[in-house]
Amino acid sequence: MGRPVAVIGVGQTKHGKRMDICYPDLVRQAVVAVFEETGLSPEDIDGVVSGTMPSMMEGVAMTHFYFADAMQAVGKPILKTETCGSTGVSIAHSAYYWISSGMADVVLAVGHEKMNEGDSQATMTTVMEPFYQRFFLSGAPGVFSMQCQGWSVRFDIPEEKVREAAAVLSVDHHDAAFDNPYAHVKVRLSVDDVKNAKVITYPIRLYDVCPNSDGACAVIFASEEMAKKLGKKTAWVKGVGYRGEEQFFGDSDKATWPSAVGAAKEAYKQAGITNPRKELDVAEIYDPFTYQEMLFYECFGFCNFGEAPDLVLEGVFSQKGDLPCDPSGGVLCTNPIGATGLIRVGEAALQVMGKAGDHQIPGAKTALAHAMGGIDQFNGIMILGSEL
Amino acid sequence: MEKEYRTIETEVRLPYRLAYGETWTRFFEGMKQEKIFGTKCAKCNRVLVPARTFCPRCFVDTDEWIECSQEGTLIAWCLTNYRYFAQPIEPPFISGLISLDGTDVNFLHLVGGFDMSSLDTVRGKVKNGMRVRAVWEKEKKGHILDIKYFEPC
Repeated sequence: MGRPVAVIGVGQTKHGKRMDICYPDLVRQAVVAVFEETGLSPEDIDGVVSGTMPSMMEGVAMTHFYFADAMQAVGKPILKTETCGSTGVSIAHSAYYWISSGMADVVLAVGHEKMNEGDSQATMTTVMEPFYQRFFLSGAPGVFSMQCQGWSVRFDIPEEKVREAAAVLSVDHHDAAFDNPYAHVKVRLSVDDVKNAKVITYPIRLYDVCPNSDGACAVIFASEEMAKKLGKKTAWVKGVGYRGEEQFFGDSDKATWPSAVGAAKEAYKQAGITNPRKELDVAEIYDPFTYQEMLFYECFGFCNFGEAPDLVLEGVFSQKGDLPCDPSGGVLCTNPIGATGLIRVGEAALQVMGKAGDHQIPGAKTALAHAMGGIDQFNGIMILGSEL
Repeated sequence: MEKEYRTIETEVRLPYRLAYGETWTRFFEGMKQEKIFGTKCAKCNRVLVPARTFCPRCFVDTDEWIECSQEGTLIAWCLTNYRYFAQPIEPPFISGLISLDGTDVNFLHLVGGFDMSSLDTVRGKVKNGMRVRAVWEKEKKGHILDIKYFEPC
């Protein structure tokens, strides 16, 4: 590890279907929010890093140039990081590397997406090469559903149990979204509503799937010296991990997902975590699909493979459980993709700062933030702690 | 009520002509002859399908071409029943990961040859671990969809 790095502030827009505002103005709202939160101004920023999912989601190719004004990047070094669904965590990692290396003291990280302006699944399908895979993997639901189907059968989890556990997660997260002023989907559901919703890509049903959201998130990272000078509550980056797999979907075992396991192991090693379920107080997991969230619990060592549905049904990962997951309502309720991973980092930071408002997990000191991108191809993690 | 603002309809439509190169060309020529080609890595001994120029793990050229079995075992699947812009295959359809006999990675294609209008019928019919076999189109184009689908056998 290099120099210590802190998150010193988080700004978010209200996420949702935001046809009331044009894209640069939406991005600026998040940037203004983080400047208000930290008391900093554009001249305090050494560099800016931003990102989206595939740029063409909104039909503009170089969004970091498009948003140079909205992010107050003029006259500064600017980076773009684009790693599909994991973009937000990659932006956070980029900011972290920049400061940790000693090359900057204060970095503004901005993630953004407007998914309602194009055809999100058609855009995502262009992530796949056009010779072979693009014909068979229909957007995100096609990829994730097949993975989860294979996982549940591999570990002999009865179909009814997975469906029940997925429904419990969905109800929990949708309830939690009411405590998050920035969340997109706010709807009260019953377990039966979720279990009997229409099928999107079998076995996945409507309320097992995240929405198309528009939104932006801005986070300011700072060196130890700068963070201490400001004298405000901070969240310290304790560990980062990022791992990938081959580009062909069939080349690695998605039911035991090596990149998710590897990213977590690396982040735990840096953070000195040996028993994540005990040592983590809260986790913000990238959960665009309920079924996939359970697989992540297993990959991250919260339990053994095949056990997650049982533990979900016991309430282990609920807001009052052993290890509360996605108290913000998670990706399931809010998914402006390029911002989503950075929202996980921001929410994890707010938790350890004790500033998560109505969805604060009392006394949270160590938090995990995660995002995943590509055709189940890459996973990224950042661990945040209240103490240096 | 919130004020409504204007929107604009726009489009990005760009033509591409992509090079198949040597390996894809030979693989898709194989499709015309009802053959599924893979390549074998001399270092890790894995048979990779579709054929590759190099082994993604060992980073060595894969020069040994293998004609793969057209039968295999279904590893995972999902039923797509929603639409998006320029979708290449008309829903409903089933995508599956298939372990072709004698190969070491899973091959991605369609599972079909039966009625998909009812989810219950599909659930009764499609099982992980079931055996499937390639069914070919009569007219070949040297395209991945020269294989119509894999049917239960």
